[in-house]
Amino acid sequence: MTVALSIDKLRVVYDEFVALKDVSLAVRQGESFGLVGESGSGKSTLLRAVAGLAPVSAGSIDVNGQRLGKTRDKAFYSQVQMVFQDPYGSLHPRQTVDRLLLEPLAIHGFGDTEKRIQRALDEVGLGSSFRFRYSHQLSGGQRQRVAIARALILEPSILLLDEPTSALDASVQAEVLNLLEQVRRDRKLTFVMVSHDLGVITHMCERLMVMQGGEEVERLEAGDLATRNVARDYTRNLLVASEGFVRGA
Amino acid sequence: MSAMLNVEDLRVEFPTRTGMVQAVRGVTFSLGQERLGIVGESGSGKSQTGRAIMGLTPQHAHISAKRLEFSGIDLLKVSQAQRRDLRGNRVAMILQDPKYSLDPVMTIGRQIVETLRTHEKVSKAEAREKALDMLAAVQIRDPARVFGLYPHEVSGGMGQRAMIAMMLIAGPELLIADEPTSALDVTVQLDILRILDSLVIERGMGLIFISHDLRLVSTFCDRVIVMYAGKIVEELKASELSQAKHPYTQGLLNCMPRIGADRHPLPVLDRKPEWLL
Repeated sequence: MTVALSIDKLRVVYDEFVALKDVSLAVRQGESFGLVGESGSGKSTLLRAVAGLAPVSAGSIDVNGQRLGKTRDKAFYSQVQMVFQDPYGSLHPRQTVDRLLLEPLAIHGFGDTEKRIQRALDEVGLGSSFRFRYSHQLSGGQRQRVAIARALILEPSILLLDEPTSALDASVQAEVLNLLEQVRRDRKLTFVMVSHDLGVITHMCERLMVMQGGEEVERLEAGDLATRNVARDYTRNLLVASEGFVRGA
Repeated sequence: MSAMLNVEDLRVEFPTRTGMVQAVRGVTFSLGQERLGIVGESGSGKSQTGRAIMGLTPQHAHISAKRLEFSGIDLLKVSQAQRRDLRGNRVAMILQDPKYSLDPVMTIGRQIVETLRTHEKVSKAEAREKALDMLAAVQIRDPARVFGLYPHEVSGGMGQRAMIAMMLIAGPELLIADEPTSALDVTVQLDILRILDSLVIERGMGLIFISHDLRLVSTFCDRVIVMYAGKIVEELKASELSQAKHPYTQGLLNCMPRIGADRHPLPVLDRKPEWLL
């Protein structure tokens, strides 16, 4: 059993504010790991720190056994790719889908671009008719499919998913979650997924970490949530809240 | 129960380059002193329905209805001035994100006072008193401090409480809440709903709760209208949600991942073209 992503006492500080306080974590190869918490819990910061988008002030990150330095090189991005929350903000508005997908291939010197773009679009369930559209001509779900295609086109082994479905309608969310599960199975990917929705996380992940205020609250197996086998009150509150409104409570 | 709001065959259309887009296509319902949920996905026309009642439909859109009446007033015939008089006073609306719907350059207190003084003849001191009371009513612990803060200085939950305070201060009879908690964390969401719930009951208001979250709406409202592509596909009692008949409603209920349910892959909506008819 190999560890795909290992994080040790990671600390992220913005000016004086400590966004992430010494969080450690190991994700096995092929595993799907979830990070749950409310806004400000540091769950996204953790993901962004791995991707090189947040200033790491202490601790270490290892990807597939290799220690990461201050900057990320091309080799890193061919192993690790990220899908962001807002499909409206994460695609270039003046590039066609074709151009969006071509860019990572060009940067990484992949040949055979024609076939790869075609295959990437097929894989996420968008036909070739979408290839020369702009992102504003797509729905939210279609955009997120493009974002997933763009992440997958470099054939990474780890996918960082930052609330990939929270901007989508429930029915579209189901489609995108199914797609993510499908590609994970097909490509034996490792997922690290951030969400505020306990339902989504238990559906997608085998293990998860509950976070609050930049710290780990507790670590659970997905089954623990179903059986209410949780130790901390904070997690229990989240569980109650996820069930909806109760009058007179 | 006499209805305070009657909507019959409401239609909202937007002219676009490619022709008319029908956002709302013949919606009919009435509302008494109850909590009505309107549920649907983006583009289903649920928000446009709320906005049409509120009189916030963009100028270039066409609204028509056989009947659009609020407590006997024909909303399609009244002048803009009368409409403005109703808005905020007798009919109020809570919007989704306090970050965008509060005035960023005005303190929270001033915004609340402004609402009150627009509709009621009260002195500045009295208005301030009332605003502070209202802030306390939405369970803001230190009303005097929050009164003087700008919207960017408060959290999302606090901002949303301030918005509720602002909307309720003139004592509206009808409150339209358009995704009032969608931008908030789940635990904060429940606090806000609890506040909204008790105030609506206390003051005997009618409430239209617009949301994409069928499950949440069904736990909060008495009655739920499900919209799809500008039409009502189903209307049911919130307590009988599990007996929903329309495949769209059933699909919406089913496609949510649930804790403890092991369903891989998740059932997805199979959209039938006949739903559009």
